[in-house]
Amino acid sequence: MSLVQDKTERHTLSVLVDNEPGVLARVIGLFSGRGYNIDSLTVSEVSHEGHLSRITIVTTGTPMVIEQIRNQLDRLVPVHRVRDLTVEAASLERELAMVKVRGTGEARSEALRLAEAFRARVIDATTESFVFEITGKSDKIDQFAVLMEPLGLVEVARTGVVAISRGPDAM
Amino acid sequence: MSKEMTGAEMVIQALADQGVDHLFGYPGGAVLPIYDALFHQNRIEHILVRHEQAAVHSAEGYARSSGKVGVVLVTSGPGATNAVTGLTDALMDSIPIVCITGQVATHLIGNDAFQECDTVGITRPCTKHNYLVRDVNDLARVLHEAFYVAQNGRPGPVVVDIPKDVQFAKGTYVGRENIEHKTYKPKLVGDADKIQQAVDMIAGAKRPIFYTGGGVINSGPAASRALRELARLTGVPVTSTLMGLGAFPAANGQWLGMLGMHGTYEANMTMHGCDVMVCIGARFDDRITGRLDAFSPGSKKIHIDIDPSSINKNVKVDLPIIGDCAKVLDAMLAAWKSQDRHIDRAALDDWWKQIDRWRGRNSLAYRLLPDTIKPQQAIERLYAATKDRDVYISTEVGQHQMWAAQFFRFEEPNRWLTSGGLGTMGYGLPAAIGAQIAHPEALCVDIAGEASILMNMQEMSTAVQFNLPVKIFILNNRYMGMVRQWQELLHGGRYSHSYSEALPDFVKLADAYGGVGIRCEKPGDLDGAIQEMINIKRPVIFDCIVDQQENCFPMIPSGRAHNEMILGDMAVDLDEAITDEGKMLV
Ligand SMILES: Cc1ncc(C[n+]2csc(CCOP(=O)(O)OP(=O)(O)O)c2C)c(N)n1
Ligand SMILES: [Mg+2]
Repeated sequence: MSLVQDKTERHTLSVLVDNEPGVLARVIGLFSGRGYNIDSLTVSEVSHEGHLSRITIVTTGTPMVIEQIRNQLDRLVPVHRVRDLTVEAASLERELAMVKVRGTGEARSEALRLAEAFRARVIDATTESFVFEITGKSDKIDQFAVLMEPLGLVEVARTGVVAISRGPDAM
Repeated sequence: MSKEMTGAEMVIQALADQGVDHLFGYPGGAVLPIYDALFHQNRIEHILVRHEQAAVHSAEGYARSSGKVGVVLVTSGPGATNAVTGLTDALMDSIPIVCITGQVATHLIGNDAFQECDTVGITRPCTKHNYLVRDVNDLARVLHEAFYVAQNGRPGPVVVDIPKDVQFAKGTYVGRENIEHKTYKPKLVGDADKIQQAVDMIAGAKRPIFYTGGGVINSGPAASRALRELARLTGVPVTSTLMGLGAFPAANGQWLGMLGMHGTYEANMTMHGCDVMVCIGARFDDRITGRLDAFSPGSKKIHIDIDPSSINKNVKVDLPIIGDCAKVLDAMLAAWKSQDRHIDRAALDDWWKQIDRWRGRNSLAYRLLPDTIKPQQAIERLYAATKDRDVYISTEVGQHQMWAAQFFRFEEPNRWLTSGGLGTMGYGLPAAIGAQIAHPEALCVDIAGEASILMNMQEMSTAVQFNLPVKIFILNNRYMGMVRQWQELLHGGRYSHSYSEALPDFVKLADAYGGVGIRCEKPGDLDGAIQEMINIKRPVIFDCIVDQQENCFPMIPSGRAHNEMILGDMAVDLDEAITDEGKMLV
């Protein structure tokens, strides 16, 4: 049949754009205007001389919608390249989070022990709190945050996902 | 070439370098320096419209009828917001437009200054691309880029927002030859292996169809020529969307008429029953497909489009070919000829026999009345009276638009100007004006409804000022007929606010504007009155009083499949015809 009603998938897209004013608004406007999901979006300049920024978008949709998103991104005028890292390459994904936990006594030492197990670093401490820095895949950070919940989790700040393909080639 | 000049002078210089002859505009505080620069030259003719929406529609009519970029100049704030409908219309129908908007001075941006609006923010989703130019030394490059982006790849509108201080500032002008676009490089040539596959699929077909769209027109006359040649060599039947009319000649025996919601029975049945569909520069829009899961269920689909995002958007296709229609069709033609391919003669004959049976259904038939003009009849008489002339037809939106598409016959591309994607009432008169500017000697007719025409009626002033002998041919049914038809089908005949009350006297109105008014009420007077209209070399409003109740058939009700069309003579249980789900659709 012509109409495909497949189940949704999660994809990570890398988008290389000209670092000009409004380019992020164009990307976000595309998602909101066409009703696509954004699970995570990160953006930063990656080449000052080349005037390039790299945007990493994690999105969910049916394969047909993901293909649409890809093509719609690709036709934005300031976009150089779009890669669907989920299908086109073996890739690495990382996210950084800062996790604030408040507590004393047993809960506080338990938080510290777990942090070590997760290779989270202490980047701020008071007698009644820690801020941990943790890097990893998103589900590792999710898991860490869940474990901190009963130990006095105050708040979490996350960067969103950045991703890159494995191997020697650029996107 | 690089030269010192002001930003305002750069605008004029860039337009001249881009070969622009006409500019549709309306002045205001934030574009006065550009208007001053216009005053000092006579290279470019400025057409003063009466509303900025009409400036864009005129530029669309100009672009669509000539193949050139349409250019617009409007002021900041209300000038820019008035242009938004036109820009959206041009985006939906892929019309190349460069729209220059004035902006408040850079130091005032963001301060809620007088006549400030966030033009690039507002127009971002309704343009192909837009720019805010903060430095006069970027201006020339941006203007040349704007022309490049507007006309390359899938065409569309581009806005260049220029703050007033940038218009006054002096900087260095660069010519268009020094501009190469960094990122935007659309793919024009189709992949050779895919073209071969397409040729194989067509050659192996038993029940093929060519389904063409506005992309064939956008691709230029070469695409229409290639389409005609390929159709002749293969013997494949051809249908087209609303936007593609004229790419294939209506007089040709392989022409099935328009397809889709108000398309012919034979076109839609052929689409439904085909085994190989070749979609050329069309986009499987919902007016075309009807119910998606029942759309042409047994066919393999080839889709030729310059815009990769059109592929697999609504309908999953078997063979996508990204490229410019003319280039892809030429490549297919070359392969077809050099390999001496043929479609199985017997199968094709059977297919044509089937199609002729569908044709025999005569789906556009209507009944004449002795004392009342039928709207279809009015279009047929208009066509008969003008078919040997150099004629350009624009329309407003409604039943009259569909009747024009069904009954006016187009032999050449670029002759048919209509608002397809957005369906903008008020499009037709300014579009006819734009076409008349591009083709001063041609006969330009806006086929209108009495409701739509009032949306940009003020453009009669423009027509009179510039001696443009456009003809406004109103099918006056005293209803927003298309709305009334839907209320009849979907809402139990409760005609909520769809009657045209307190209409002006269009004959007097024409007179008041300095044009000529003609009223025609009887079928017997029609031919004479149309002839009179054609003979008058001034703007004419032709008030053609037609049957009030006529509905536009055939019709695929929303949410139904191609083989579930309603024809005029079976329009009995209309309420039944539309499912509850269908009622949710527009
Ligand atoms: C700007 C705009 N507003 C509303 C509509 C919805 N609409 C579609 S057709 C129509 C009625 C048009 O009436 P008329 O111009 O008399 O044409 P008819 O259908 O009677 O031929 C309306 C209101 C539209 N298409 N455009
Ligand atoms: Mg009407």
